[in-house]
Amino acid sequence: MPDPLLTVHDFSIVYDVDPPVKAVKNVTLELQRGEILGLAGESGCGKTTLAYGLQRLLRAPAVIASGSVTFHDASGVDIDVNALNVEEMRRFRWDKISMVFQGAMNALNPVTTIGAQLDDVFRVHRPDLSRRERRAACEELLELVAVGRERIRSFPHELSGGMRQRVMIAMALALRPQLMVMVMDEPTTALDVLVQREILSQISMLRHEFGFSVIFITHDLPLLLEISDRIAVMRGGEIIELAPAREIWEHPQHEYTKTLLASFPRLTGERGVLVR
Amino acid sequence: MTTAENLTEPASVGSPETVTVHSPAATNPPKEKTFWSRLASSFAMFRNPKSLTGLVILCVFVAVALLGDVLAPYGALEKDFTALRQAPSWTHLLGTTHMGEDILSQIIYGTRGVLIVGFLAGIIGTAIAVVMGVVAGYTKGWRSESLSAVTNVFLVIPGLPLIIIVASQFENPPLILIAAVLAATGWAWGARVLRAQTMSLRNRDFIQAARANGEPLHRIILVEMLPNLMAIIASSFVGTVTAAVLGLTTLAFIGVIPITNLNWGTILFWAQQNGAFPDFWWWYVPAGLCIAILGVALSLINFGIDEYVNPRLRSAGERARAMKKKGLDVNATMTVVRTVETPSRRQAGNTK
Amino acid sequence: MKIPVRFIASRSAFYLFTAWAAITINFFLPRMMAGDPVTAYMQRNAGQISPEAERSLRILFGLDQNTSVWEQYTGYWQLLFSGDLGRSFSNGLAPVGDIISSALPWTLGLVGIATIVSFVLGTATGALIGWRRGSKADVIVPISTFFSTVPYFWLGLIAIAVFSSTLGWFPASHAYDKGSSPVFTADFIGQVIAHGALPAITIVIASLGGWILGMRNMMLTVLDEDYITVAQAKGLPNRRVLWHYAARNAMLPQLSSFALSIGFIVGGTIVMEMVFSYPGIGKLLLDATNAKDYPLMQGVFLIITLAVLCANVLADVAYAILDPRTRQTEA
Repeated sequence: MPDPLLTVHDFSIVYDVDPPVKAVKNVTLELQRGEILGLAGESGCGKTTLAYGLQRLLRAPAVIASGSVTFHDASGVDIDVNALNVEEMRRFRWDKISMVFQGAMNALNPVTTIGAQLDDVFRVHRPDLSRRERRAACEELLELVAVGRERIRSFPHELSGGMRQRVMIAMALALRPQLMVMVMDEPTTALDVLVQREILSQISMLRHEFGFSVIFITHDLPLLLEISDRIAVMRGGEIIELAPAREIWEHPQHEYTKTLLASFPRLTGERGVLVR
Repeated sequence: MTTAENLTEPASVGSPETVTVHSPAATNPPKEKTFWSRLASSFAMFRNPKSLTGLVILCVFVAVALLGDVLAPYGALEKDFTALRQAPSWTHLLGTTHMGEDILSQIIYGTRGVLIVGFLAGIIGTAIAVVMGVVAGYTKGWRSESLSAVTNVFLVIPGLPLIIIVASQFENPPLILIAAVLAATGWAWGARVLRAQTMSLRNRDFIQAARANGEPLHRIILVEMLPNLMAIIASSFVGTVTAAVLGLTTLAFIGVIPITNLNWGTILFWAQQNGAFPDFWWWYVPAGLCIAILGVALSLINFGIDEYVNPRLRSAGERARAMKKKGLDVNATMTVVRTVETPSRRQAGNTK
Repeated sequence: MKIPVRFIASRSAFYLFTAWAAITINFFLPRMMAGDPVTAYMQRNAGQISPEAERSLRILFGLDQNTSVWEQYTGYWQLLFSGDLGRSFSNGLAPVGDIISSALPWTLGLVGIATIVSFVLGTATGALIGWRRGSKADVIVPISTFFSTVPYFWLGLIAIAVFSSTLGWFPASHAYDKGSSPVFTADFIGQVIAHGALPAITIVIASLGGWILGMRNMMLTVLDEDYITVAQAKGLPNRRVLWHYAARNAMLPQLSSFALSIGFIVGGTIVMEMVFSYPGIGKLLLDATNAKDYPLMQGVFLIITLAVLCANVLADVAYAILDPRTRQTEA
């Protein structure tokens, strides 16, 4: 039986420049509790804008031009994200929905320790925790993602790319959010691809443990096929196909989905997923 | 210090790719290179309101310097003992000195002294900066390191005391010497920025390609690199001129430059020596203002070039104002909701 | 904490090299041009110069024609290491070292405090203006640009004309009232503050613009960084994002340019001391210049350069503390 976590209805984002650019057009989707939803499409198709827009993280000139985003909290309360004021929004962020950003080198503040950056989250969202409790929580998180508690005093540049990515996951897990949005767009090197795989296996493990939902954004459609429950394919700001992963894999409906599937070389060297 | 010239770093990918809306004006001109298109594109850095304003003011000063003999109502040192320390009037628009000299005429002739030394110093200083900076940026290893160390030494050693000492060793230092000394203490900043920019250029595709094609070194530097360094060279020239103007007027004010070289600083020197402060404002205010206005003009030119090199600087203010007109605040940390069916929620993102 | 051996080693090498360069410039300066006035002075005052003082002057100015330049150079270093900077012509042949050490504290106090206040104030203002881009606070930028292009000495003259001669709010010159002598009493300290306030404020106003502008531009660059977006996604309050994330990073290049501009700032403040008749190093240099007192000029230049180098070392230490990446032990 359906147990929705996030309902997005007729959601549009416009960049209010001259002339206005419609980056996301009338997107409607429903995310179930505990589900992994993949969001695929070429770069510039609006998938990242959509992910940021859901949390109202886009700065001007971006404007939410239509639609609604409703978050069905575990407590039974429905939160209308578009109606929150600045302070409510600030508290909502990370507590209910957290994010894992790509390019973890730049996502971490280079001049403070990763411990301090984890601690920030607790300090702001859980003000009643004591310093020792916060410290214990940070150490526990670092253990959880196999970075190791002794790294709490390390600076970002002292960690490898994979470790930094895991620190980002630890940070995203900190408040036990109900939804995690992962932006793993555009890996630039082969190493990134490997790191991405490692991260994914970790995420699906943690998901079983904590039961959060995931929106996973990448242009790597084959990757999504492996891990997602459902996949949404975006082009030109619209969702052109939304179906269970198996459906997309076996019976892609849209021409664009088919070309997308065919365009990915596999690591084994053969061309195209369809001839795997 | 770690090298922190963010000038040279490519715009890092911000949040979603579509958020960066500003046009990448800093990207280099297209590959077809006719002489004229090149010349035109090398002036592109001045094509913005700030640089233009600065250039216009600078041109006014240049015109005054050139036409000094026509514009000045009196000779610079022409004395009128019937009109001593007079306040501005129709006969003496900016009043007179204690010797009855016309201050407006002194300022007009003084413009010449300031600009000649300023430009000479700018040319010499920029030449040194280009050679030191480009060579240090293009070479690798100990050569680059030692040139960069020399540059830093010149940055760190306090220039003005050195100039004062050197200038005071001469009874009557010629203009070119003053300009050379000002240039010698003023080139280092430009060299530092040029080195950083050259280092980043060296690794770009088109330079790599030229090197792979076996183009000779002087051709790579002159034809491929210099056009891409023009903006920074111009900015370093303007910077050196600014510093030289300040240095020259300071030296003249202190009295280490002979009074035969008339400039704005000399006027202030005479004013100070002959008790113009505080009552005879017309004697010291205009000369100081001239220095300030010339300085502002030069800074404006450089702001324009900075914004050309780093479009983020330009877009910041302009975009913010454009947004404001549409009721958006660039600093809002939350996306504005402007849905038709719920107009009451509109102001949500703007509160702060 | 790890000790950044590489960083310290490379910086020390640089400072030693710069100190060597400055001292060597100082050695060659009089040899390139002066000479004659010194000989003339010594002939005029032949009887009054003690043999010892004469010897050090000869080494300083290379008057010994029969020694090689190299011998003169080593002799010069020996003099420096024994703390002998020669004798001042214009101060009755008093040791240059003594004259400088009585003037140095005034300059360190005035210029040091004014420069640090200006840097801190300018950096904080620049951070705020950069953060609130496009707000009304942007008008500070052109205003402070104007003030930073005005020559220091002129601003000082205007300040005196307006605030002391006309309004009488501040004393116009000197570091303390005429007739009193430096003692540690509340009254004397009050005098020092009253006399130092106007020059200090003038220096701050004249140098503030550069810091504001530099920090604002760095903030605009840093605000586009991913970690700022992450900090906002984390739901941190604006104030925390501004100071702990944006400004904390933007001030690093600001600090390096601080280190590099100290020499320039000090140059400007020298003239300030003359305008305010402030009994510091700068006034000493100008008095020495007017009196053609070459030993004093040389000594003052050396001390100014060394002081600037020390300030640079301090700025470097601050940088190393603020930027963990310099503490990296591996290459």
